[in-house]
This record gives sequence, structure tokens and C-alpha cells, in this order.
Amino acid sequence: MAVAAAGAGSGPWATQEKQFPPALLSFFIYNPRFGPREGEEENKILFYHPNEVEKNEKIRNVGLCEAIVQFTRTFSPSKPAKSLHTQKNRQFFNEPEEHFWMVMVVRNPIIEKQSKDGKPVIEYQEEELLDKVYSSVLQQCYSMYKLFNGTFLKAMEDGGIELLKERLEKFFHRYLQTLHLQSCDLLDIFGGISFFPLDKMTYLKIQSFINRVEESLNIVKYTAFLYNDQLIWSGLEQDDMRILYKYLTTSLFPRHMEPELAGRDSPIRAEMPGNLQHYGRFLTGPLNLNDPDAKCRFPKIFVNTDDAYEELHLIVYKAMSAAVCFMIDASIQPTLDFCRRLDSVVGPQLTVLASDICEQFNINKRMSGSEKEPQFKFIYFNHMNLAEKSTVHMRKTPSVSLTSVHPDLMKILGDINSDFTRVDEDEEIIVKAMSDYWVVGKKSDRRELYVILNQKNANLIEVNEEVKKLCATQFNNIFFLD
Amino acid sequence: MPPRSSRPRGEGRSLQHRVGRGYGRWAPPQPDAARLSAEDRRSRGGRGGGVAPGSGVRAGPRAAVAAAATTTVRAGFHREPRSTLAAALGAPTAVAAPAMGEEDYYLELCERPVQFEKANPVNCVFFDEANKQVFAVRSGGATGVVVKGPDDRNPISFRMDDKGEVKCIKFSLENKILAVQRTSKTVDFCNFIPDNSQLEYTQECKTKNANILGFCWTSSTEIVFITDQGIEFYQVLPEKRSLKLLKSHNLNVNWYMYCPESAVILLSTTVLENVLQPFHFRAGTMSKLPKFEIELPAAPKSTKPSLSERDIAMATVYGQLYVLFLRHHSRTSNSTGAEVVLYHLPREGACKKMHILKLNRTGKFALNVVDNLVVVHHQDTETSVIFDIKLRGEFDGSVTFHHPVLPARSIQPYQIPIAGPAAVTSQSPVPCKLYSSSWIVFQPDIIISASQGYLWNLQVKLEPIVNLLPDKGRLMDFLLQRKECKMVILSVCSQMLSESDRASLPVIATVFDKLNHEYKKYLDAEQSYAMAVEAGQSRSSPLLKRPVRTQAVLDQSDVYTHVLSAFVEKKEMPHKFVIAVLMEYIRSLNQFQIAVQHYLHELVIKTLVQHNLFYMLHQFLQYHVLSDSKPLACLLLSLESFYPPAHQLSLDMLKRLSTANDEIVEVLLSKHQVLAALRFIRGIGGHDNISARKFLDAAKQTEDNMLFYTIFRFFEQRNQRLRGSPNFTPGEHCEEHVAFFKQIFGDQALMRPTTF
Repeated sequence: MAVAAAGAGSGPWATQEKQFPPALLSFFIYNPRFGPREGEEENKILFYHPNEVEKNEKIRNVGLCEAIVQFTRTFSPSKPAKSLHTQKNRQFFNEPEEHFWMVMVVRNPIIEKQSKDGKPVIEYQEEELLDKVYSSVLQQCYSMYKLFNGTFLKAMEDGGIELLKERLEKFFHRYLQTLHLQSCDLLDIFGGISFFPLDKMTYLKIQSFINRVEESLNIVKYTAFLYNDQLIWSGLEQDDMRILYKYLTTSLFPRHMEPELAGRDSPIRAEMPGNLQHYGRFLTGPLNLNDPDAKCRFPKIFVNTDDAYEELHLIVYKAMSAAVCFMIDASIQPTLDFCRRLDSVVGPQLTVLASDICEQFNINKRMSGSEKEPQFKFIYFNHMNLAEKSTVHMRKTPSVSLTSVHPDLMKILGDINSDFTRVDEDEEIIVKAMSDYWVVGKKSDRRELYVILNQKNANLIEVNEEVKKLCATQFNNIFFLD
Repeated sequence: MPPRSSRPRGEGRSLQHRVGRGYGRWAPPQPDAARLSAEDRRSRGGRGGGVAPGSGVRAGPRAAVAAAATTTVRAGFHREPRSTLAAALGAPTAVAAPAMGEEDYYLELCERPVQFEKANPVNCVFFDEANKQVFAVRSGGATGVVVKGPDDRNPISFRMDDKGEVKCIKFSLENKILAVQRTSKTVDFCNFIPDNSQLEYTQECKTKNANILGFCWTSSTEIVFITDQGIEFYQVLPEKRSLKLLKSHNLNVNWYMYCPESAVILLSTTVLENVLQPFHFRAGTMSKLPKFEIELPAAPKSTKPSLSERDIAMATVYGQLYVLFLRHHSRTSNSTGAEVVLYHLPREGACKKMHILKLNRTGKFALNVVDNLVVVHHQDTETSVIFDIKLRGEFDGSVTFHHPVLPARSIQPYQIPIAGPAAVTSQSPVPCKLYSSSWIVFQPDIIISASQGYLWNLQVKLEPIVNLLPDKGRLMDFLLQRKECKMVILSVCSQMLSESDRASLPVIATVFDKLNHEYKKYLDAEQSYAMAVEAGQSRSSPLLKRPVRTQAVLDQSDVYTHVLSAFVEKKEMPHKFVIAVLMEYIRSLNQFQIAVQHYLHELVIKTLVQHNLFYMLHQFLQYHVLSDSKPLACLLLSLESFYPPAHQLSLDMLKRLSTANDEIVEVLLSKHQVLAALRFIRGIGGHDNISARKFLDAAKQTEDNMLFYTIFRFFEQRNQRLRGSPNFTPGEHCEEHVAFFKQIFGDQALMRPTTF
């Protein structure tokens, strides 16, 4: 795990010390109701990672968490403990469904220094981790599980504890490997959606396209449209889209990027169905429509779990940079014929649409002028529509989300966010960070903006002016108090 | 007094140019007339009974049509050239048109025809195409002349001396002067202008040995004589009771044709009669247009081909003058039937063959032009078809081929109304024989039944067409070109959105696009007119005319009122479809860069809210699909309790409007965000003009003393800056707040005036 040693902030002293990023120590799910009597404690545990841990230790750890939660409840009955800080690690508690507890234990980052006598000294950085970031990660774990498996309770109803355990094992075994705790930050708190900027006319064309497809393929219940990994339209409700978006952008799309980037003669490309009329292809479902034995199996997702509890097939279809998710009721099994029809209806239209969008996007980009790399970087988030925009983060890859700023600055952003959470009113925080950086946080009517400025010898007034200018150029079409 | 015809073109109705020539003369049937009328078009070789073309023997019953040969109505038609095509309607066929439902007929005769005394041996009937008047001349005029037009219900009656058989009789425009031709050399005139002598005067044609074929009025005082040797253009001087020759032109003329709407006379020349020489008349001038040749179909060697006037018509279609040539099916060629060839005759430049209408049948035809549609009547089947040259046809590089827009149908059966004294009301209405051989057809839309004494205007009924034309896109193209199309189009729109006849979204989109294309054209014309008027060009350019809003212009309020508002109310409609349709209409408007009215947006919002689709609404607003407006912002504000983000959306919208700063302040104050309101108004530089009392009131309501202090101090500072003293003036009505401030913070907390 000691990969990312000596992170971005490698100073001159980095040669003397090694840094170890935060890491997942354990992750478990339990329900205290399942083993209330002594000797039956093991029954409480529904999932435990790492599985190799000795049974009694599992029981002990679960028991400890149970006790802490129980204990803290005496002080705050409605809001039991969310996290437990220790020198070496931090534990996060989440009760997503009644009596079902999820616990994630994260080891604090470590700095290994050489003492004068040459012996390594390990120093735990107890204050580095932000509670909100990792609590959000834990909540996301649940949301992702629920997207593909439905609620815990549903599994219990369908097949009892055994089925639930089976599903948890199957899901989390893979999923936990994709948690990259060292690169979690503010964006994990937001869990936002990046929207693709688009002119009205092209947007209406997309609307028209979606409506027509939903009409001609009438088993389609919901549709979502993305371009360049950014959302343009969601027929799903906001919360469901939020987690689906997360899945698409951090898991499904990155896995399918390669064929497009691969050269014409690459072997990967040759596997793509040879279709000359359009560039459409299935990201989920059949790979080759010409193969009569192609399997039309699509991932199932669960949405609106609070009321309608809908189970759907998720068909993701992509042409160039435009991706469309068609969701159809799980009771209808899509056939190969249906897939072929979808391909013939959607493929050509989507290909044209994708090039239209690309063209419009380039026109807009040219019109707004090829601005020089600005002096600042920012993160914007709107709680109301979950719109998120970051010039801090590079492109997401399946492994890590890269940031272009020092982790210390990211931590300041997290701290400002925690401050904002405490009060309801609009406020503004300006922080002078090391090495000429200024960090500004603004909150106005459910919107948050974080700006990192790097201006030599700037004073508070100048920084304030800069941020005003930024708001005037980037956010002039919204009501954002300065 | 200048001649009336010198008035600028386009000012008066073109009727003034319609002083027609073509008095159809109704005369007793004559043997050869009957024979001619029964003549089959396909054996036209014997046409005219051996009358040599260009021989100048135009008089006589050459083009007469036998009426339904009953004994009582022995009406025949001594046809002038304009009625030629009617002659094609030979003997009535015994086979009646198949029975059809009322809703199937798309052509009808007008409800109130012009009724005149039936033609009989003592009563001669003439028709003037220019004034659209029917003349009934009894006993050569001695026992009375009755003139009836389609618009004037009061007939003109007068008497004139019987000086011989009347060959042709026409009023000049506005019924100023009556011209009567009784001999082949002279035309007699009689003034109908008050204070002018009513004594007849006579003009003989100038060319020696020429015979007058006929005459046409081109204005109220200008007349053209067409002789077999050329044309003579005269000005009539009614006060002097004489004519002045303005211009003349010599050439051999076989026959002629006059189109009053465009004041063009077409002369047939050469042996084959197929070289046509047009002349245009305007304000005392006569201009010769380039002549052109009509290609005659190949004919068997034994027969000599020639162009018959019966096969030619002139009409204005979509504002352009066309010469319509009915080219009969030729057995030697491979054509599948007769066709109508349209030659475009432009104001300037050469005549060009443009369109070919494929009839796909043979037999006897007659043409009308109604509402810019070419109507072709086919006597054998007693049906008619219509062609629209604006609809897409097959273009072969030079000519566009058209097929009938609709399947052939009969004109709607017509009952002859029982007019006259109450005594005869017991009679039941008589069904009228349609496509009768006694019918004579005139351009553009006139059908005359000589034997029955009726003149009808042919009309197109649009409602039945809706069901006959399944392709909605083509239907729209067709309807949008029609005069009375508005309500029909709206009903088509409603129908395609109805549960039972629901069209698919692509079809709906096509229909909307076509509507908005037309709407946008009008808006553009309107805009450029407004700009020209603003630039002061209205005086310098007489060509500048306010664009006419035709019925094809269906704006948003039309579609909203007649189609969409009812559509969204339908409970049984799936909301997905409702929203898709609304978005499709908005998309179409946007595509044509038409600003969308807020009531359409409200309709979308209403529908979304009704179905709790707030997140969709949010996304639409996010992409500015629903354009910003104050009404919309207010609507959003009202939704806040159902959907909290609506508040933010509303404020954003108000901000973007940039004319709604007062509203923003009000919204913030109502939310007790006093400081935010103040910061906002300061940010836009409006804080010197705001009411201190309003803000202090709001601050006091928050029961936050520190906030009140801050606001109070802000206004003290403003007072100081503006007036040199921190005190409030009585006009600001802040006494209560000053007292409150003192009560809480004490007198000493008040700001002291700065001393300099």
C-alpha cells in the first residue's frame, strides 16, 4: 500500500521521510438484532472485510462499535456517533437502514521519519482526515450497493439473511477495491454532477431525440443523456441520478474508454461490431449484435426505493462522446431483436447528435475566447441541483481522481466546508495559506464556491476583488451575492 | 382628365384592367355547333369543321356547345375563345359518379350563384371576364339588357335600339362606357357617365379589310380591338364621343385570349397557330413581350396539327401569370394520358415551360384556377382533380412534374335553389346536373350553366382534404398555401394530438416546423418593414408595403388557444406525451429563432408541477429552455413551498433579467434576508435611492438587534454622505425606528454629525 509515498508536497526534506496515505483497515456491516444473546454474536455480522480476520476479533470490533454507538446515544439520542478518532485510525459509523450499521475503519496517514540514530520513527497524522469526506464515502458505499442490489430489507424479504450476506459479499468484495481513500476530498462530500454546458437549441434537439426514442421504443421508462462524461438530461430523480452518475463516470465509462482511444488497427477496435452507418455501440449488454448467441444481459438497478421501488435494466449505449442510458422495467427481458432495433433507431440519430453537440461546443468555446490559464482554480457546488464544477480536478480515471493543487490546500477547502455546514447563513471565509496561496470560500443561498488564488504579495482587498471578478465572469447568470 | 387607367398599378383592384373581350354569346344551337361540341378531343384533326386557321372567319358558331338537348331549354353556347376549354365537355356521360359521403367532396359550387335569364332564341347571354358580368340581351337590346355581376346584387338594366345582332358587349371598368360590337368592322360606344351625352358613337377598325375578332377593355377608357390582321389600342374620349388611336401592331391573328388580372393579351399566329405573341397593357402603353412557341404533341401524318384556343388558358397562380396548355394524350407517344403544361409568362424575359401536371387519363377536360390550385375537370368520369404547383414534384432539371394532390372527386352535388315568388316554394329543390355539356368554364374560377341561367364560383373545401391526405407534412404544405386555412390547420393540429388519431412525435414535429416556418417568414417581413419605416424609407420607396398577414400565419397565441391549452387539459393523455409535444413546439419555435411567449412556458411548468416532475423542471430551467421573464419568476416563487429549489431558480432568473432588481430586494426582504438585500442593492449601486424605512422595518421584524443596529448605522452613514448629517429627514418616516434604536442602544449610540 505504500505506493503514493512522497505526495505532491515533496519538499526538500522529503528525502528523509516517507509518507503513507490513509488506507482502509476494515469495513463491516452488522445488525445488532441478529445476535442479541451471548454466544450468538457472530450472527450479527453480515459482512466483514478483511475476511481473513479471526472470528473473535471480528466479534470484538463489532461489539466495540456497537458499544460506542450505544454509549453516545445517551448524549444525543437522535444523532448518534458518526466517527471515532484514535491515534492510529478513524472509524466511521453509518446506519443507512434501521439497525443496519456500516463501519469503515481508516488508518491515519503516516509519516516515517529517520531519527538521528537511524531508526525509523512512525508518526500518525491524527488531524489529517476530514470526517465529512469519509462519512460521505461510507454513505456512497451504501448508495452504490443499493443502486445495484436494492435495500438490505428487500434482500431480507426476498431470501433472508443468507441472501443478504451473499449479495453483500458479492458486491463489496469488488467494490472496496475501487475505494481510493488517499484521493478522497471535497468532491466526495458534494457527490455532485457535472453538467455539460450547452446552448438551448442543441439541448432542445436532445430533448426531442429522447422523446422520440422513448416513443418508438416504448418499453423505455427513463432515459439519461451524457456527453463527455457530463450530464445533460436525467429522467431519473435527482438522488438516483447522483449515484448512477457516480457509477457511470468512475466505473463504467473509464472501463470503456480504451476502444475509442485505441488506434484504428488496434486489436481492441477490431472487436467492435463492424457498423458503417453509425458509431453507436452498447456499453452494457451485447457486444456484437451480429452474433446470434450474444447475451442480452444488462445490469439491474434499483431506483425510487423510498416509494415505488423500481427495478430496472440499465442499457448504456454510446456513440462517440454521447452516452445514453435507457432504463426499462426489469420484468421485461430485452431480447436481441430489441437490442438490434435500439441500435438501428438510436445509433444513426445519436451519431449525428453527438457531432452536432461537438460542433456547438467548439463554437461556444471559440466564442468565449481562448482564455489564458487563469490565475485561480475553483470548485463550485450547488446543493439545489447538485451541479458541480471543478477546475482543480483533472480528468477522473478509474484509479484516482487527480488534483492539480497541493493536498494541504484541499484540506483547507474541506475545513471551510465544515465551517459552512455549521451555520445556515451565507458567509465568506478567506484563508491565507502557505506559499502565496489564498483560499476563499463563499456560500450564498445553497451554493458554495471555493477559489484558490496564487498571487504574489496579494492583500486581502485584492483577493476580494479577484473573487468578485471571477464571480462576474463565471457566475454572472445566477444570483450569487458578493 | 387623365384616363383612369393611368392610376398606379396595384392601387385599385386589377379589375380596372379587366375590361373583357370574351362575351360569350348564347345562341340557339346550330347543327355544326352541336357536332363540334360532341367532337372527341382525340380526333381533333377535324376540328373547326374545316375552318382554316388564320382565315379570319371567326364569327359564327365555331365554338358553340350544345346544351342538354331538352326541348324547353334550347340553350346553346356561341363560344368565344375563352370558353374553349368548356367545349371539351362534350355530351354528358350516362355513368354517374360513384356515390360518396358528403365529407368526401372537396370542390363545391358557391351557395349564391348569379342567376340570369336562360339563353333562348330571343335572349342572348354574354359573359365579360374582365368585370365578371353576365349580359342578358333581349331582342338585340330593344326589350332590355340586364347586367349582373358577382359582387353587385343590383343588376343594371337598360334598353338600346336593336341595330342588328349583338356579337359582343362589355362595360369598361366601373361601368363607365358600354361597348357593343354588331358588325365585323365597327364597335359602337355609349357613355354611362352622368353629364355625358348618351348618344352612341362608333369606331371602325383602322386596318383596311380587317375583321374585328373582338375587343377588350384594359381600363375604364382604354380599349383594344383585336382584328385578324393585328391589334389596335385606343383611348376613348367620352366627352368628345370619339376614340383616339394610341398604338397599333400588325400581324396575322388566328385567335386571341385576354387575361384581365394581368392585362395581357395573347395572340395566336402562324399556320400552326402555336406561336403565341403576348402584349401587355398599362397606363396608355402597349408593350410587346417576347413571343413563344407551344410544342404540339406529335400527331399522325394524315392530320395537320395545330394549336386550338380551346386548349389554352391564362391564369395567375401564386402571383405569376401562366399560360396553361392542355396537351392531349397522343397515341403515337408513350404518355400515359393527357397533361397540362404550364408556361410561365414573366413581366420581363422569355416565357418558360415550368410545370407539367400529369392527368393520367384521357377525354374531355376543363380547367379552373381556385385559390392558386389548378383544377382539372374531367367530363367522362364527372370528377375533378387538383394540382398545387408549390407542392414538391419531380424535377427533371428543367420542368417539374406534378401529380394530383388528391384522388379524383366529383364536385359536391348541388341543389338548384328555388328562388322567386313564394308561390313556387312548394317545389322541391332540383338536383343540378354537374359536368353538364352546357357548362362553360371561365378563368379563374367561373362555371356557367347556360341552359339553367346560373353563374357559379368554384370553391375548394378544405375540411374533407384533411382526411384525404394522410401525409401530414404534405397536408400542411398544402393547407398553408390556402386562403381560408387557419381553422382547418388548427383542427388538424388538435386532431393529431387527440387520443384516437394521435400522430407520432416526428410527424408532430414536422407539422410544427411547417407552421413556424410560415410564422417566421411573416415576422421577418414585419421586422424589415418596421426597420425600413424607422429609417424613413417609407416616403422614398413606394414599393415598401406592410406585409400582409395571411391566414397561414399561425402564431403562438393561436396554437396556444386553439390547440395546446385544450390538449394539456386532457386527463387521459400520458403526461410524457404532453410534455414531449410542448417541448417539440418550443424546440420548433427556437429553431426558427422565434421568441417563445411566457404562457407556453407556463403551460410546461403547470404540466410538470401537476405530475410532480420538479427535477425535470429544474433541468429545463438550468438549460434556459424556459426563457426568463418576470411572470415566470413569480410563478417559480409561488412553487417554493412544493419545491424549495424554486426559490433559487426564481432569484437567478430575476437576476438575469436585470430589470427586476426591485423584485429581488422584495424577495430577500420577505425572507428576512435584510443584509443580503442591502448588499445586493449596494452591489448594483442602487443604495442611495432605497427607502430606509422599508429596510429598517424588515430588520426590526427579524428581532435581531445587532442586525437592526447594522442596518440603522448603514442608513445613518448614507444620510451623512448624502446630506451631511446622519439624521433622518421627516419625509423618510423613520421616527419610530430612531426611537426604537435609542431605546435599545441608548442616545449616545446615535451617530454624531461629522464636523469638518
